[in-house]
Amino acid sequence: MFTRISLTMVLLSLLPALAAQPLYQPLGQPASDLSDKPEWNLTISPDGQGLPAGSGTASQGKHIFEQHCAACHGFGAIGGSAMPLVGEVGSLASEYPEKTVNSYWPFATTLFDYIRRSMPPSAPFSLNSNEIYALCAYILSQDGIIEADVELNAVTLPQVTMPNRNGFSATYPQ
Amino acid sequence: MKKVPLESRRQFLQYTALSGAFAGFSLPALSAQSDIDYRDILPESMTQAGAGFSNYGQPSPYENKIIRWISANPDTPGNGVSWSPLHELQGTITPNGLHFERHHNGVPDIDPATHTLLIDGLVDTPLSFTVEALKRYPQQSRICFIECGGNSNSSWRSRPVETAAGYTHGLVSNAEWTGVPVKYLLQEAGIKNNAKWAVAEAADGASLNVSIPLEKLLDDAILALYQNGERLRPENGYPLRLVLPGWEGIVNVKWLRQLRLTEVPVMSRDETAQYTDLMPDGTARQFSFEMATKSLITSPSHGMTLPDNPGVYQLTGLAWSGQGKISRVEVSADGGQSWVDAELQQPVLSKAFTRFSLPWQWQGQYAVLQSRATDETGYVQPSRDELFAKRGSHGFFHFNAIISWEVSEDGFIYHVYPD
Ligand code: HEC
Repeated sequence: MFTRISLTMVLLSLLPALAAQPLYQPLGQPASDLSDKPEWNLTISPDGQGLPAGSGTASQGKHIFEQHCAACHGFGAIGGSAMPLVGEVGSLASEYPEKTVNSYWPFATTLFDYIRRSMPPSAPFSLNSNEIYALCAYILSQDGIIEADVELNAVTLPQVTMPNRNGFSATYPQ
Repeated sequence: MKKVPLESRRQFLQYTALSGAFAGFSLPALSAQSDIDYRDILPESMTQAGAGFSNYGQPSPYENKIIRWISANPDTPGNGVSWSPLHELQGTITPNGLHFERHHNGVPDIDPATHTLLIDGLVDTPLSFTVEALKRYPQQSRICFIECGGNSNSSWRSRPVETAAGYTHGLVSNAEWTGVPVKYLLQEAGIKNNAKWAVAEAADGASLNVSIPLEKLLDDAILALYQNGERLRPENGYPLRLVLPGWEGIVNVKWLRQLRLTEVPVMSRDETAQYTDLMPDGTARQFSFEMATKSLITSPSHGMTLPDNPGVYQLTGLAWSGQGKISRVEVSADGGQSWVDAELQQPVLSKAFTRFSLPWQWQGQYAVLQSRATDETGYVQPSRDELFAKRGSHGFFHFNAIISWEVSEDGFIYHVYPD
């Protein structure tokens, strides 16, 4: 609510200022066609918007993880040169908190979004949707966030409730 | 302890100048020699032609130790940081080759001729822009700092890291950024009433994506094309980057390819898993965009030595605030028991580096040097204890507490936590 009010105020206050702006020619090209293309729709929302077709399970994911991820994140997704991805659920308020995907991340959809765009670092976007769903299933099942035999897909992934779902409070707007 | 009055500091300086610089000088006797071979007595640089012109100037080879310090994951060399050598620099502008870096998967090679910026989502007309087109818009310049949310993160650890000032606290730099006010482009596309955020996406090997409040984009955000007068360096987002003055580095998205207007933030990895602050109760602060007021003595600082005892040393450093202008910087030589106002280099700009300085007389005593900045809202940079009392001890991002340099009796300088 607060954001909406202040936003309206910002827009209103811009109007008189705009008149005093230097003159310029609008050079943007209408781009509705681009907007619909997959390469401009990479971002996946917590409600599942943007998730592709496909599916995968933890047992498939274990194999893919060992092949493409374990070199850096460790076998079992703990203990490599890159950060651990699993374990430590419930540790955040303890003396030794550990932030992992399973202990800290509020949304499971973010995992799909991030793996697809960034991992493995040597070849982002090299894994297909089935493989990414399977990797998500493998990581999440390690801490029992989903059962070992659950098939993740565009419908089931957004339904996963992460342990730290309510652990964040926004400091913006103040 | 009392504040040292300005008058007595001046008197001290005059006294040293007299005894140091003027003592023992006498006029050299002029010889009546008629045929002097000046080549024997002048520096070599004056008796020969110098090097030719250069298409792009480089720093002096004598300064080749002034470098960014790189720390990357050996398995992913493009993931890491390079720190700006703030302890070796003066003034307020960070040279382009020494601006700090934080990349998530390396520096992409982007041909501006093929790069497209798309503004879409909750707009009346999705629009695409070429880089050439963006250069034709009115260009606005802004001198401001950009600080990585993870700057100084080692200061959350229980023992101080013994590294040079810039190599611990130098994930912050200050430049003149020039480009198109983002609001011009958003207004051209037409902002729908329910738009409140924009998801920014980069064209790098991490396709980095973060959500940014629309309010900020309509306020002072710049789509930067130029850095200190020249086109952006590749490692700083070439061909285009967002500059959001005063806000943490991660939202100043480099290599920008898309701004998609949305109603809600998208909860990407870099706004949930990273750049959030774990508090003592186990919850986390999210969207801590504004970088809090901070300062750092850059010289003398860790690793330097004080050659003369007694001696006069020009204490100097940098202060900055995401909230606006720096209004005051105080310096202490006794670990915060007493403070003296430092001189602020003018002009003091909002959300930009402010250089402070103060001459300091050292007489071989043990000292703990600190600086403490206050911004125009009255906010005072906290001590490490105060920061920990508020945020707990498990922080990683957004460290802005007072930084301390210990001076030993033999003139060596160490990083310490005196609290
Ligand atoms: C070459 C080493 C390497 C490989 C292989 C690799 N990663 Fe990563 N991963 C990293 C690094 C380094 C980071 C930290 C990236 C950053 O901070 O920007 C990371 C970060 C992550 C994160 C985010 C963790 C967090 O808490 O922020 C996830 C999830 C992840 N990787 C999953 C994977 C998956 C799944 C694979 C296999 C498909 C994989 N990684 C392969 C090096 C690797």
